[in-house]
Amino acid sequence: MARDLMLSPYAQTMGFTASRDEAGRLVLTMDYSQDVRGRPGFVHGGALAGLMETIAYMTLSDALGEEDRPQLKPVNVTATYMRGAVEAPTHARATIERLGRRVANIEAIAWQDDPAKPVAMAQMNVMLDRS
Amino acid sequence: MAQFAPDFDPVTFIKMLANNGHNRLIGTRYRAHGDGWCELELPYKAELVSDPATGILASGPIFTMMDMVTSMSIWLKRKMFEPQATLDLRIDYLRPAKPGNAVIGHGECYHVTKSIAFVRGTAHDGDPDRPIAHVAGTYFFTNPGGPVV
Repeated sequence: MARDLMLSPYAQTMGFTASRDEAGRLVLTMDYSQDVRGRPGFVHGGALAGLMETIAYMTLSDALGEEDRPQLKPVNVTATYMRGAVEAPTHARATIERLGRRVANIEAIAWQDDPAKPVAMAQMNVMLDRS
Repeated sequence: MAQFAPDFDPVTFIKMLANNGHNRLIGTRYRAHGDGWCELELPYKAELVSDPATGILASGPIFTMMDMVTSMSIWLKRKMFEPQATLDLRIDYLRPAKPGNAVIGHGECYHVTKSIAFVRGTAHDGDPDRPIAHVAGTYFFTNPGGPVV
């Protein structure tokens, strides 16, 4: 399997599945289950954050390619919740706003029916350590 | 829902929440609480790591615990249980958690308006003076109109 589609133990525990959309962008999907539930009937915000962080790292690895493999170190993540995520699959994709030598700035969104109506978004800063 | 009943036991409530849904999956445990603060623990689990080569815990479970611990701090500050939703939560990762160590999360609610609660917190992996992460966030009350504290 291509390295960009390999899932971490955490991602496997969460039951994430990776695919590519028609534009070739990586999409990560999380099915609804009791394992990701927060308040009754809704997905836990922490599970949404985990989904968005995971797709951000996968998208970053994909952009770096097979040759360039710096160690990726999280600096911070800010998750904003816009709508309740209900008992349905949730999808996420990430956009790298800037990929520098030492820092990457990434945004991710999570949605259920329509990416134009996200349930949550995340902004992340990641250090690229080549030492 | 009204004020905590006189016989309300936050420990039972927290343990009930920790034993449900996503918190049950990651294994969140109760540690301590007080007025406006709460402390939880995330035991180390190999199935929650981000990279098997390093054994470092993924940030998702830490994010979930910090969301729950800061949520709890709001209910403990207001001394009532009202539904609320996370508006935003930021986590700064100071350093990775040591593989094998439990992560302890401390959350505090420091201000509440009619609509919004402001929270902050820290996480450490054994030494509270050497945190692994800081968080800051806001929650909004889905049924506004409770006490301002």
